Parts: sequence; structure tokens; C-alpha cells
Amino acid sequence: MTIQLNGLHVEIPENIRNVDDLLKHYQLENRIVIIELNNEIADKSKYTELPIADGDKVEMIHFVGGG
Amino acid sequence: MLKIGDQLFNSRLLLGTGKYPSFEVQKEAVRVSESEILTFAVRRMNIFEPTQPNFLEQLDLSKYKLLPNTAGAKTAEEAVRIAKLAKASGLCDMIKVEVIGCNKSLLPDPVETLKASEMLLEEGFIVLPYTSDDVVLARRLEELGVHAIMPGASPIGSGKGIVNPLNLKFIIEQSSVPVIVDAGIGSPKDAAYAMELGADGVLLNTAVSGAKDPVKMALAMKMAVEAGRLGFEAGRIEEKEYAVASSPKEGMVTS
Repeated sequence: MTIQLNGLHVEIPENIRNVDDLLKHYQLENRIVIIELNNEIADKSKYTELPIADGDKVEMIHFVGGG
Repeated sequence: MLKIGDQLFNSRLLLGTGKYPSFEVQKEAVRVSESEILTFAVRRMNIFEPTQPNFLEQLDLSKYKLLPNTAGAKTAEEAVRIAKLAKASGLCDMIKVEVIGCNKSLLPDPVETLKASEMLLEEGFIVLPYTSDDVVLARRLEELGVHAIMPGASPIGSGKGIVNPLNLKFIIEQSSVPVIVDAGIGSPKDAAYAMELGADGVLLNTAVSGAKDPVKMALAMKMAVEAGRLGFEAGRIEEKEYAVASSPKEGMVTS
């Protein structure tokens, strides 16, 4: 399926069903990352309950150096 | 002690984390600075290199308070969105409101900064707005209930130091919340000067990260902030137009 990830159209495997799967796919499950799914901030405790579907808009956000 | 909201800090130096030559240099600079509050920016991950190292993840987060900024926002709504994303990390409740209104000077948009601060206070954030050195705007922000005022010394990254000490002094005198001089600091003398004016703290980034030796400069800034604060507390002498001898006038050997 295709999702819009950080502004880019990205093809991801069909077996990704929820936010938790998506993070694991990118090996980010133990990283400091904030997920926004279709303009809503995803609750960390509910990643396995938040389904990912074709056409979803996902933002993966983190902290970088800044002043 | 510096008190922001209900939190106490030993260090009055707040350090930015941008543009260091390497993580190793940065870690050492942060260590010697003895800063307890570090600023960060909120950005999209590079999804082509999601596993690349990240400075924040190398820090002992029990030792530091994170102060994410809303840099990149041009409106109050954008700033609020960035702040909420930062808070969703579960790592911070403070936010540096930074709404830029001019791409050339990177000066803050006063109207959007005020609006964003109000919205974020309603959301329960500890709000530290980066503002210009406008005295009335600083008062209006304080009236909203912000937890600190962060007036710029001069444009971000310019290293020009304190261009309007009079305004900063007015802001410091009128303010009952901490005043942290943010942006434009170039050298240790600027940091010491800000503290001598009575500022409660100094926030800087490029002055350290862009120095020839960032680690040494981090130490210099730590000492400058401490020296300036001590000088302020000690109370400096009044300036006079002419000399006043330090040695006694009586018992001159030469008369």
C-alpha cells in the first residue's frame, strides 16, 4: 500500500497493519519519535490499536539540534 | 537559583544544541557548560536514514530539562502544533515559543508570538516566549502569564551582542518572571553584560557551537554567566567622569 510519509509517497508492505508495525518496519520502536496520523497526534500507548491504511498521511517527528 | 514555573535550576546558562562540529564535541561542550536546560528543534525524520544517530538519544535525560522550540513556525497555529508534537514525546512540558516574522532578520512576529503564548498557556504548557526587546510587548506577555520572558540581544546567530541594553534593563526592571536573554550573544563579555544588567539567565547556541573551540567557549560562557551574576548581586560602583584615587592622600612620602 502507499502512504504519505513525511510529505513523500512511500510504498510499504501490506502486512503493516498499525502504527506499531510501521515503527518496527523502520526500526524505530526504541527511538524517540512522535507520530502524527492523519493530522492527529498518535497516543503512544495505543500504537497497536491505530490502523494504517492505504492513503494515510503519517508524520514521523523527532528532536534535532536547535537553538 | 533560577526558577521557571515551579522548577529550580542551579545553572543560569541555557544551551542550544544546533550546529556543533560533532556529537563528541557537543557532548563535552554541554558537560563543561553545566547547563541544565537544553533547547532542541522539532523536525521530520529523514525516512531514508531513520536509524541515523540522534544527539538527544545520547543524553542522560535525567540530568537535563528539554526546552524544545517552535522554530519553523510563522503563525501561532503552527507554533501550537509544533509544541503539541514536542509534548507528545512525553519528555517535556516547557516550550520556547519562536514565531519568526522576518526571514532576513529572523526577528519574532510580536502578534503571533503573543497569540501563540496565550494558546499554549491555555493548553497547560510552561511557556517561554522568544521575543524582541520591546518593553511593552514583554509586559503584555507577562500579563498573559508566561513563565519567563526571553528577549533577544540581537538577531539570531549574528553574534552582535547586546544592541539595546537600555530596553533590556527596562524589561528586567519591570518583570516579575525570569528574564532570559536569548539570541545574538557573541562572546563571553556579552553574556556577562546581560547578567550584570540583571538578567536571570542567558540562552545561547552559535556563540559556543560556532567557536573555534566549542568546549573551551562553553566553559568561558559558564564562567561569564556566573561572573556577571555575582557582579550584579554584589552591586557595581557608580561611574564617575574623573579619577578618584584609591591610595590615601595623607602621609605622602614625596611632600
